Amino acid sequence: MELLSNLGLGFQSALTVQNLLYCLGGVFLGTLIGVLPGLGPIATIAMLLPMTFTLPPESSLIMLAGIYYGAQYGGSTTAILVNLPGEASSVVTALDGHQMARKGRAGVALATAAIGSFAAGTVATVLIAVAAPPLAELALKFGPAEYASLMLLGLVASIVLAHGSLLKAFGMILLGLLLGTLGTDVNSGEQRFTFGEPRLADGIGFVVLAMGMFGLGEIIRNLEHESTREAMIKHVSGLWPSKADFKRMLGPIIRGTGLGSLLGILPGNGAVLASFSAYSLEKKLSRHPEEFGQGAIEGVAGPESANNAGAQTSFIPMLTLGIPSSPVMALMIGAMIIQGISPGPAVMTEQPQLFWGLIASMWVGNFFLIILNLPLIGLWVKMISVPYHLLFPVILVFCAIGVFSVNNAEYDVWLMAGFGVAGYVFSKLECEPAPMLMAFILGPLMEEYLRRALLLSRGDPLVFLQRPGSLVMLLMAAAAMAVVLLPAIRKKREEAFQEEE
Amino acid sequence: MASTIRNTKDFFSGLLFTAIGSAALVLARDYEMGTLLRMGPGYYPSVLAGGLLLVGLICLVRSFRAEGTPIGRLAWKPMLLVVVPIACFGILIRDAGLVPAIVLLVTVSAYASERFSLKATVPLALGMCVFSWLIFIKGLGLPMQLLGPWFGF
Repeated sequence: MELLSNLGLGFQSALTVQNLLYCLGGVFLGTLIGVLPGLGPIATIAMLLPMTFTLPPESSLIMLAGIYYGAQYGGSTTAILVNLPGEASSVVTALDGHQMARKGRAGVALATAAIGSFAAGTVATVLIAVAAPPLAELALKFGPAEYASLMLLGLVASIVLAHGSLLKAFGMILLGLLLGTLGTDVNSGEQRFTFGEPRLADGIGFVVLAMGMFGLGEIIRNLEHESTREAMIKHVSGLWPSKADFKRMLGPIIRGTGLGSLLGILPGNGAVLASFSAYSLEKKLSRHPEEFGQGAIEGVAGPESANNAGAQTSFIPMLTLGIPSSPVMALMIGAMIIQGISPGPAVMTEQPQLFWGLIASMWVGNFFLIILNLPLIGLWVKMISVPYHLLFPVILVFCAIGVFSVNNAEYDVWLMAGFGVAGYVFSKLECEPAPMLMAFILGPLMEEYLRRALLLSRGDPLVFLQRPGSLVMLLMAAAAMAVVLLPAIRKKREEAFQEEE
Repeated sequence: MASTIRNTKDFFSGLLFTAIGSAALVLARDYEMGTLLRMGPGYYPSVLAGGLLLVGLICLVRSFRAEGTPIGRLAWKPMLLVVVPIACFGILIRDAGLVPAIVLLVTVSAYASERFSLKATVPLALGMCVFSWLIFIKGLGLPMQLLGPWFGF
């Protein structure tokens, strides 16, 4: 069966000593930094990205992927131990996870999160292996009009999950798209918005933007409200869940995996949506819904499985279509471009060992997560207790060196400083930076596709509505916007974000 | 003014978007627009800038109508103490070397925290120098000097 031979090829490349080490390193680093307060996964990945540029493309992607789910797991660990979710998809884990920790069941909560994530990851890897080839074949039939509409759908979907006002999120997208045009226009050679500055001829580096807005901006915000952290669970024992616990976990894990796998594929940050939906689902299905919020194990198992499944399947649109389904995937695309790989359906046929190697390494990464993290709990607990006022200068040094090392350009460091200010200001104004990052990375691509589509249609803009694929996607985008604007959903959205605060 | 602007966040967001949008529109006029069939370099940015301008105006209008939470003060001290040393880092790393750059960045930015203590910060700065040397120069082989031209290297 083709599936087996593809996976075989993948494991062959993932299981080389070199790639195993990079995977392990990525998972370890990702968890380490994910556990640290004040650094979300976007900032983590942006910070560690420059280190992967010197590696061969396959290894760098494997390491980046490892960093990604390592950071996710780190976020869940802080959610459970300190009630401070490291990132959006861990918010729900904190609800019951931390309560479990308070009742002395921190170990079980952490183990549940790890087991749920591993099970979900395994299933998701198989799903990717099965779904990717047909999707890539479909994508090969896409023309520029379909791609442009798909990108639009991705951007619209990213607003759906953005905090705060939709209008401002939309503004941020436009701003991101506009910033993306800064630099030399590929078609005409014209320098746009560079004010004659030669160092801007290649545009703004996405690492600079990401680290400035997410890394520096977040640090400044944290310094604004320096607070002591909640009473932290220092001693974690009793890691292994009981038989009864396993029984209770099974259902939520299965349901969470299914939900996460489906939602992860959709454009928009599927992993976050998946974890929230899984929590609601488990609560509805439970025979003791009042337990939720007090330490119900289902409230940890379901969402954790969902968010890991979602995180993995969100690679699918990226790998097969070249469209990021979330800001983190946008960073991965940026990394691939820098490595000289054009993300898209061609990658599967032109570089099969890279494609399948990456997929196989996802399973390996999940495996590492479960065997690494449980014994290393003591280390993570120590990391969490590192005082922030000693930590953030270290982060700043890494950001500065990281950004400098990309192009050996001090100009990039200045730009990053400027974006740090921008990131802080935007956060004060409640303008979401994540849609802006996605739009920034997608912007120039979208322009290309728009141009080509219009060229092929001889200047007829109706082509976007006439081609069925494009029409479907535009309709989906419109539907997504309509759904979000409906008053009933509006309220629910605000509730969900209230819960987060 | 405080009583007429109901939602300051929306107001300043709107102001920002409108300003950037209009600036971009003005700048893009220098680039050829072309037609839909053959889009020139100015087409796409102009459309985007126009959209941004529109969004900005709507935000401004909204800010007079609906209530919102106040922005709160801008935290100048942390902002400047983080951003300025980073900006200096760029110059220092090339001309003075990694060590002075790191020392400046760590000591100045640490001051932004209320829990600043020189006793903890100086060893931290030196520790970071050693650590960075190990990882970036030795480990990853990045072309950076510990001490640069200003010191005669």
